[in-house]
Amino acid sequence: MSGILVVAETRRGELRDVSLELVSTAREVKEPAGGRLTIAVIGADAERFAGDLAADGVDEVLTVSAPTEQFEAHVWQRALEALIESEQPALVLLGHTIDSMGFAPAVAARAGLGFASDVTAISWAGGPRARRGAYGDKLQAGLEFPGKACTLLTVRPGIFPVAEAASGPAPARAVSVDLDGAARTEHVEYRDAAAGDVDITKAEFLLSIGRGIEDKDNIPRFEELAEKLGATLSVSRPLVDAGWMPSARQVGQSGKTVKPRVYLALGISGAVQHLAGMRTAETIIAVNTDPEAPIFGVAHYGAVADLFEVADELEQALG
Amino acid sequence: MKIVVAVKQVAALDEEFELIEDGVRVDVDYLEWDLNEWDTFSLEAALQLRDDAGGDGHEVIVITVGDEEAEEGLLSCLAKGADRAVRVWDEELEGADVLAIARTLAAVVEREAADLVLCGVQSSDAVNGATGTALAGYLDLPRVAVVTQLDWDGASGTATVHRELEGGVIEVARIRPPALLTIQTGINEPRYATLRAIKQAREKPLEVLGLDDIGLDADVVHAAAGSRTVALATPDRGAGAEMLNGSPAAVAARIVEIVQERMSG
Repeated sequence: MSGILVVAETRRGELRDVSLELVSTAREVKEPAGGRLTIAVIGADAERFAGDLAADGVDEVLTVSAPTEQFEAHVWQRALEALIESEQPALVLLGHTIDSMGFAPAVAARAGLGFASDVTAISWAGGPRARRGAYGDKLQAGLEFPGKACTLLTVRPGIFPVAEAASGPAPARAVSVDLDGAARTEHVEYRDAAAGDVDITKAEFLLSIGRGIEDKDNIPRFEELAEKLGATLSVSRPLVDAGWMPSARQVGQSGKTVKPRVYLALGISGAVQHLAGMRTAETIIAVNTDPEAPIFGVAHYGAVADLFEVADELEQALG
Repeated sequence: MKIVVAVKQVAALDEEFELIEDGVRVDVDYLEWDLNEWDTFSLEAALQLRDDAGGDGHEVIVITVGDEEAEEGLLSCLAKGADRAVRVWDEELEGADVLAIARTLAAVVEREAADLVLCGVQSSDAVNGATGTALAGYLDLPRVAVVTQLDWDGASGTATVHRELEGGVIEVARIRPPALLTIQTGINEPRYATLRAIKQAREKPLEVLGLDDIGLDADVVHAAAGSRTVALATPDRGAGAEMLNGSPAAVAARIVEIVQERMSG
């Protein structure tokens, strides 16, 4: 087995960014791994993405025609199993996305592949090596995949740059896989996120609060603080899960991706899914009682302090 | 209706910690244990399905792979209303990766002939987001991952679920049992156990099994493992954040300064 197979991701007729990020990931180890870099796209309209996937370093684009209009985890599973069987790659890369979470681990389990999810760095030393978070991302683990001829990794989105388009088209090849009857769920519809009273993606200054505020009754206080600061209030997931704030205010993977000039985070530890939505803010200031909180890893300014005491002082300073 | 809920006792790091000799695991003296947050939501979903079904013959079974530390988590599930619990442990499972755990769970689920298997989307310590779907793979069960709403129609035997996609988009999909769902936080409001229920939980069946008892050879578990951890370290956070020190007043003053500077530029 040799070479690298990247699996692109599309949704509702659009190619998702992670697809070409994975090409950059693959290129980091293409030389030591040896063999070719191929990128596969699965879907009812797979062929129309072939041109977009001809990124620098891609040797061949593979298209697999799927019988379902939309992503279906079991159809994709069978398609990927067939691709691994026919292409015999040493390394398979997918995005660590919601779609992948529905089928990639099943492929790895059934085929006995090397496997790791939410990988943030890869290298090669006789075989693939990967880095990923451990203990809630407070530590970082180095992984090897001994005895595995093929390893499947899902890579964290937003870490690697989107690969540049190649100067010319890459050869494309249709791979025929019998996917009739593979679907085991029925798609009903997509529902777009409900619009809220405010669009936090447009705000230049966000005051963002998380689990650290402890109680629903404390929310009005931070609404007032936001107003005094001239900021828009946003929140991390636990406050939406608890029903304290509407989902339109949520920053993160399943909420909004924001890029304000200033992001002031109070009592947000910085779960991966939250960081995915705010790490590109121009200036990030984080206040948290836990010095090991992952949010300090992306913040420009940090304070290990009690958020209520800091909020008291902010209120006083602003008069 | 028979529902199996796979749960995990998760480890949180103390502020200070040390690694054990192998250099790839944290000394357990520096860990605090708790039931995985996601699993409180999957358990609640199971209890609601059982209770809505009403009548006899419905059962919620919580299962876990873990040493004695995991017992407390199972007891809390029993206190909240699970009917029985199964814990599997063997020294050979020490340091097992996500696929080895899923392979072990598969052998437990196979004994149960469940209509539904529920897992949390991910655990707060390993954050693989993979155990449930790997388990479905071993069991060849249809599955939906990252479910934020679950409506069960007993008459047609169909579950209508919301799959939570990036950016808050929802896919509505239907699936028929036997099936596996991975449950996202916020899907429901997990209940608290009463003091009386906490006392009574110890009276409920809690089976402790070894690999032999579930017909698994340690070699099979080791062969299933997808990775081996060879290093564990504090992440390199690059330049890192500039830390604002001093009293809360000093911190607040600096924050106001930074905000004014950045917003006026």
